[in-house]
Amino acid sequence: MLNPISVAFKKAKQENRPALLTYTVAGDSSKKQSLNILKSISKNADILELGVPHNTPVADGSQIQTSAYRAIKNGIKVNDIFKIVKDFKKFDKDKPIILMGYYNMIFQYGENKFLNKCKLSGVNGLIVVDLPWPENKNFAKKCKKKSIYFIQLLSPTTTKIRLKKIIRDSHPMNYFISMLSTTGGKLKVSPNDILKNYTKIKKIDPKKEIVIGFGITEKTIGKLKSADGLVVGSAFCKEISKSLKHRQNPVTNVSKLVKKLKSKIL
Amino acid sequence: MKLKKGIPVIDQGNKLGFWGGKFGGNFVPETLKKPIEDLEVLFNKLKKDKKFIQERDKCFKNWVGVPTRFIKLENLTKHVGGAQIWSKVVSDANGGAHKVYNATVHCLLAKRSGKKVIIGDTGAGYAGKMLSMAAKKFGLKCKIFMGAKDIARQQPNVKAMKKNGAEVVPVYSGSQTLVDAVSECMRFWVANCDTTAMCVGSTVGPAVFVRICGWSTSQISRELKVQLIDEFGSIPKKLKLYNCVGGGSSSFGFWNEFMDYDKKQCEFIGVEAGGPEKSKKHAAPLTYGSKIGILHGAAQYVNQDSDGQIEETESISAGLDYPGISPLHCFLKDTKRARYTAASDEQALEAYKLVTRFEKLRPSLEPSHAFAVAISESKKLSKDTIVVVNSCGDAYKDRGILEKRLGKKYVKSN
Ligand SMILES: Cc1ncc(COP(=O)(O)O)c(C=O)c1O
Repeated sequence: MLNPISVAFKKAKQENRPALLTYTVAGDSSKKQSLNILKSISKNADILELGVPHNTPVADGSQIQTSAYRAIKNGIKVNDIFKIVKDFKKFDKDKPIILMGYYNMIFQYGENKFLNKCKLSGVNGLIVVDLPWPENKNFAKKCKKKSIYFIQLLSPTTTKIRLKKIIRDSHPMNYFISMLSTTGGKLKVSPNDILKNYTKIKKIDPKKEIVIGFGITEKTIGKLKSADGLVVGSAFCKEISKSLKHRQNPVTNVSKLVKKLKSKIL
Repeated sequence: MKLKKGIPVIDQGNKLGFWGGKFGGNFVPETLKKPIEDLEVLFNKLKKDKKFIQERDKCFKNWVGVPTRFIKLENLTKHVGGAQIWSKVVSDANGGAHKVYNATVHCLLAKRSGKKVIIGDTGAGYAGKMLSMAAKKFGLKCKIFMGAKDIARQQPNVKAMKKNGAEVVPVYSGSQTLVDAVSECMRFWVANCDTTAMCVGSTVGPAVFVRICGWSTSQISRELKVQLIDEFGSIPKKLKLYNCVGGGSSSFGFWNEFMDYDKKQCEFIGVEAGGPEKSKKHAAPLTYGSKIGILHGAAQYVNQDSDGQIEETESISAGLDYPGISPLHCFLKDTKRARYTAASDEQALEAYKLVTRFEKLRPSLEPSHAFAVAISESKKLSKDTIVVVNSCGDAYKDRGILEKRLGKKYVKSN
């Protein structure tokens, strides 16, 4: 059976558009609310990334940090995250889910036990921010055995030789970080330049899906339409923070934003 | 797990940067892989380059001021009535602490790599102060990340940084202490690594930073070895080296040259911060058996919960108030080359009182932790045992805390 992640890319291609990937933090602002957010956005998002909140995130900007600290404060545990995924899959079993987080959480859980839980709850892919290649080779192999995509990150600083080696070892989907930045930074490179880099990477192995992330908002998403997929994250975290501050419902606000983003890439 | 003889400990990691196969490494975002590799190539080349070593030594000699004193604490020895208590007064170094060695080397490396800006983290403020001094000397722009709680409790060092022209960036996330400062500094580097050099303030972080820092602070033990031989004619038969351990840079540097001696002759004792006696929180992962986890790019023993969230620490000493510990010390602990224990806030304050009562020496709160254990163990040791405590920082920065906890008479003006 094809991984639902690949199915999602296929479907988007048939519709002549990039896949829309959303990133929200598990348990932000509560377990129930984050599940409701997933349910309400799944109609318009192609792939759902769910952040595993960590309290020393070395690659996240202030918006995702705020969401992560909020979720941890509200008591989210790794097991709750698997529960959220499982509950979501009861609602929409074909929608792909990717967990994104830091390695210590997996390490403490135990790699094998973590992957078993992923499989049982319906996780389709993993992004581990601080487990780069080649350190991730072994873990990526374990993922493959479970038919879970291990998604490699590529950055503007990744050298050409390294790009080739990473992509050679990679699974069907990879993630290109648009610029030198933590998450949530302002786009400091022009969409054109990002696409130039993207095209270079894409050429190494055109069969592999490459999504672009970091700094993408409703203002910029339309200009990056030619990519295989686009990830938006901090904008949702910001939306949740704003909703809470103004005592509005984050679920409806995030859902509206996803819809708007989708309309820009059609 | 085995410690090898004849090879510097900083070079005993495997290809992926793991000591003992499991401590250290490079758990970093992809963006940092290239800048870290560049730094590794540069450092590996320069540490074998005679000209670079000369440049470093000249800097240490003329600017840092070497060697720092090695003195006998006669009155304290008499009072305690056991082993001979000596001190290596590393706080003699320019700026008042050992952090100057690492800061100097990082600025030299930054110059070689053509970077114009250098950033760093700080807890007690010494790492930041020294980096700001060195950056000024070498004409680099400097930015220091410091937890808001530490900014409040270590004002003299904050003032010094600003006076040296550094920008001090307050960090409000988490516990607002060193752990958060290091995270924020790494985040800034992720976003600016094309133009900016990063200095990690202790023997922590991705493997190359552990190595650079350990290489730099080893100056301390190079001097001490000569001084011991000058004083005793040879390395004493019973030598005990006490040092406080936060990230572990001063202790590692204090021990490095003695690594190959049998531990029966030359014992290393690392003293972590046990925190307030009434509190469950501490900054002593080695003493209290914390599990291995990943913090700031390296695998190490670290205070964390069962999910892998890093736990908050508590210590009167900002410099020791860190949930993790250098991979080098994890390695030295598991190979049993060094022994680790903790002193509480209260014990450190008592030791400070005792040392300042008997000697013209004012160790900051960090080395006061080491004095606490050294004094208590010295009582039971023979008179031919040579106890040396690294007094790696000066108490001027702690005057606010000391005045509050001990009263005005313990704070002499400087
Ligand atoms: C005077 C002093 N001693 C010790 C430390 C602890 O660091 P390390 O264990 O790296 O020496 C610090 C850190 O700021 C310090 O300022």
